[in-house]
Amino acid sequence: MKIVVCIKQVPATTAEKRYTDDLRLDRASAEAIINPLDEYAIEQALRLLDAGTVDEVGYLSMGPEQAGEALRRALAMGGESATLVTDPALAGADEWATAAVLAAALDKLAPDVALMGMASDDARGSLVPGAVAARRNLPLLSYGAELALADGQARIRRLSPTGFDWIAAPLPVVASVTDQVGEPRYASLKGIMAAKRKPLDTWSLADVGLSAEDLRSGALTRVTDARPPEAKPPTERIENVSADEAAAKIADWLAARKLV
Amino acid sequence: MDFALSPQHEEIRRTVRDFAERRIRPVADELERRGEFPMEIIREAADLGLLGVPYPEEIGGTGLDALAYAITVEELSRASGSIGIIVSAHTSLGCNPIWLAGTDAQKEKYLRPMASGAVIGAYGLTEPGAGSDSRGTRTRAHRDGDAWVLNGGKRFITNAGVAGTYVVTAVTDREEQTGKISAFIVEADTPGFSIGRMEEKMGLHASNTGELIFTDCRIPAENLLGEEGEGDKLFLRTLDGGRIGIAAMALGLAQAAYEAASAYAKERRQFGKAIAEFQGVAFMIADMAVGIEAARLLTYRAAWLKDQGRSYTTEAAMAKLYASEVARDVTNDAVQVHGGYGYVTEYHVERYLRDAKLTEIGEGTSQIQRMVIARNLLGVRAM
Repeated sequence: MKIVVCIKQVPATTAEKRYTDDLRLDRASAEAIINPLDEYAIEQALRLLDAGTVDEVGYLSMGPEQAGEALRRALAMGGESATLVTDPALAGADEWATAAVLAAALDKLAPDVALMGMASDDARGSLVPGAVAARRNLPLLSYGAELALADGQARIRRLSPTGFDWIAAPLPVVASVTDQVGEPRYASLKGIMAAKRKPLDTWSLADVGLSAEDLRSGALTRVTDARPPEAKPPTERIENVSADEAAAKIADWLAARKLV
Repeated sequence: MDFALSPQHEEIRRTVRDFAERRIRPVADELERRGEFPMEIIREAADLGLLGVPYPEEIGGTGLDALAYAITVEELSRASGSIGIIVSAHTSLGCNPIWLAGTDAQKEKYLRPMASGAVIGAYGLTEPGAGSDSRGTRTRAHRDGDAWVLNGGKRFITNAGVAGTYVVTAVTDREEQTGKISAFIVEADTPGFSIGRMEEKMGLHASNTGELIFTDCRIPAENLLGEEGEGDKLFLRTLDGGRIGIAAMALGLAQAAYEAASAYAKERRQFGKAIAEFQGVAFMIADMAVGIEAARLLTYRAAWLKDQGRSYTTEAAMAKLYASEVARDVTNDAVQVHGGYGYVTEYHVERYLRDAKLTEIGEGTSQIQRMVIARNLLGVRAM
C-alpha cells in the first residue's frame, strides 16, 4: 500500500512578506517552509508507515525549483521518495491549475491514498483536495482527525458538532487531514543526512502530460489587490492565577464589554 | 569566498531551533529553578542525533561536521545554556579523546554508545590544584598486574553523576618522577570511583558540575587511552575542539539576549515613545548585533578550518575568547535595556547573563586563551 503526501512550500508564517509588481509573493524575500498544515498529513502517513499499514510513503509538490527543499525536509522526517513538478509555465498557478497538475502527477504515481493538509497557510483556499479528487474521479475523504486503512477501504474520523463521524470509501482515495492528527515529528539530523540520499525526481509539465495551454485555460483566478492584515489589538493575558480567579477575571472582562 | 551556510547546514539550524523552541524554551526557566539534570530532554536530543553530531555514522554518530556541531550547540544554548553545556561537554570533551586516541575496541565499546547518545560522557582534567596548568595534577595511577589503580580526585566536572563514561587524566610516572600524565577511560560503576559534592553555581543550574573521587579504583589495563605519558597532549588537543563548543554556546546565549533586548526595546514605551527610539538604547542594540556577527564569523571559521583538516588551535582560542566576551557584554546590556524587568527572573535575560559568565572561564579562561593565541603567534613558550 502506498501513500503520496502532497505538500506545498509556503513562506514562513512569521516572515515579512513582500509582493512583486504583479501582486505575486516575492518568494526570494521570505524564508520558505513546508506548509504547517501539510506536516500533519506527513505525520499521519508516517504513522501508518511505522505501524506497517502502508509499505511506502512518497511526496509530491508543485512549485518553483526551490520547493525541492521542502521535499527534502519531508524526506528528512521519513518516507522513501519525492517528486517535484516544476515548470516556468506554472508561475502564478492558482488552485485550479495546481489541482490539474497534481491530479496528472498522481495519475502517474498511482498511490492508494493521495493525502493532503486541510489548507495551505498562505492562500488558505482549501480547494485543492476536492479539486484533485474531482479531476481524478475518486472519492474525497476530507478534514480527517485520523486516517485508517484496512480491507481495501480508507476511513477518516471527522469531528462533528455532536462528536465524530467515521467516513469510509473504497481505495484509491484522495484524503485531507487536520491538526487533530497529532504533533508532527521532528526531522532528526540523521534523517537530514539520509534524505540527501533519497530519490527526488523533477518532472516538467510535459512529463505529466500537460501543456502550458491546458493551464492557461485552467487559471480561473486573478489577484487584484494585496494588503497586509490589520494589526490586532494587544492581547490581554491572565496568567499565574488560580482557575477560580481566572474565571472571575474573564467574566468581569466580558461583562465590562457587555458580552455576557 | 562564500559566507552563506550550505542548505544542509541551514536545515540543521532549522531542525535544532525547532526542537529547542518547542521542547526546551518553554521549560528552560523551570529547569533552572529545579536545578535538576534534564534527562528527558537529553534523551529526546539523543533521538534526534544531537549528541554525536561530528562523529561518523559508522561509529554511531550523526555523520556531520564541526560546523554542524557549532550550529547545534548555538541553537540549544539560545534556548538553554544548561542544555548547551551538557551537549558540548559530552560531545567535545567526553567523546573526542576516545575519537582521537581510542583503539578500535575502545571506540566500539565506549564511543559508539556515546556518539549515539545512549551514554553521556564526561571529561576529568581539572583538580583543586590543576586547571589550565595540568602540572598540578595530583591524581595518580599505578600499574598493578593487568590493572591501573587510580587515586585522587577531580573538580568542576561537567556531567558528573549523569555520565556513564568518564575520560580522566592521572600522573603515571612510576620511577622517573617526570610528572608524565596519561589518560584513562573509567566506567561510572567502577568500584572505588564515586561522585563527590555537586557545586552550587552562579548559573547553568540544570547542568551537573561535581567532584570525581578515586579511591583504589581499579580499571583494566586496556582502559589506558592513547600512549602512556601522552595524556597531556591528548587533552590539549581535545580542548581545541571544546573551545569551538564553548564559543558556540556563548554565541547562542548572546543571540538569545540580543533578540530579547531588541523585542523589548521596541515594545517598552517611556516618555511617549518606544525606548528603541532613544539613541542610548538603540546604540546598545547595534553594538550587540555587531559583536554577535563578528563572534559568529570567528566561530564558524574555526569550525570550518577543523572540517578542512587544517590547523585551528589559534582560531578556536580566538573564537572562544571573543565570543565569550561578546556574550558577557551582550547579556549584560540586555539586562540594562530591560531595566528593572531585566533584574527579575520573569524576562530570562538575567539567566543569560549568569550563564554567559561561565563561557569566559570554562575550557580555559580568557587569560589562557590570550596566552594560547600569543604563544602561537609569537612562537614563544614561556609567558
